[in-house]
Amino acid sequence: MERKTKVHAEDGKQEIIITREFDLPLQLLFRAYTEPGIVEQWMGTKVLKLENKKHGSWQFETTDAGGKVVFRANGTIHDFVAEHKITRTFEMENTPFETQLEFLEFEALTDDSSKLTMHIVYRSVALRDKMLQLPFAQGINMAHNRLQNFVQQLK
Amino acid sequence: MNLRRDVFQAIADPTRRAILLLVATQSLTAGAIAANFNTARPTVSKHLQILTECELLTQEQTGREIYYHLNGQKMKEIADFIEPFRKMWDDRFNKLEGIMKKYIPKK
Repeated sequence: MERKTKVHAEDGKQEIIITREFDLPLQLLFRAYTEPGIVEQWMGTKVLKLENKKHGSWQFETTDAGGKVVFRANGTIHDFVAEHKITRTFEMENTPFETQLEFLEFEALTDDSSKLTMHIVYRSVALRDKMLQLPFAQGINMAHNRLQNFVQQLK
Repeated sequence: MNLRRDVFQAIADPTRRAILLLVATQSLTAGAIAANFNTARPTVSKHLQILTECELLTQEQTGREIYYHLNGQKMKEIADFIEPFRKMWDDRFNKLEGIMKKYIPKK
């Protein structure tokens, strides 16, 4: 199966380009980014604030079952053109990661399909590489936990 | 360098994986890394030595301190380290697509 999501990260550059084609009309793809109730569903986080306008701001928060905040991110919306583009900053609170700049471009391919291009710019090449490695590092940790659970069952 | 030590041997150990996880977010000194474990400092030093020999960690001298940081280039040898990042976004977008398909009016 062809991979629908593509990540382009050139060595030595402080940016990442993520592209994805959706079997969705442009209007629905854009709604998924602007309606808090929908954002919450696919991002798996609570939307505290989402002002879809130039100079607006946003804030997301995820809590665990006990109500403890495990993730909080915020940013400002620098540019907003309906069904065309969103330019925003993204900052994960209480992490060593610095604010990143995101250019989101939405385009219609056909009446029923659309494309999203996410261009993310980091402060440095090192920060970008760390961000890229984060799911990898979490992945090896999770794989290890699964292995440990499995081995313990064998005992 | 001991040729029997490769990146796969390096990540076979849970403490070493935990160390990689720690330095994935920021460069740390040996002392700061050791503070995260209940094991003796020399044990942690040994792990750092192995990870450095495998080139998964690189050392950087800053004043009197030596900082360890993750060598992204070497991580690529284990797997394409971008793949989990790509998968994370792919999963998210698949979810988005699934949710939004409910809003498509039936023709």
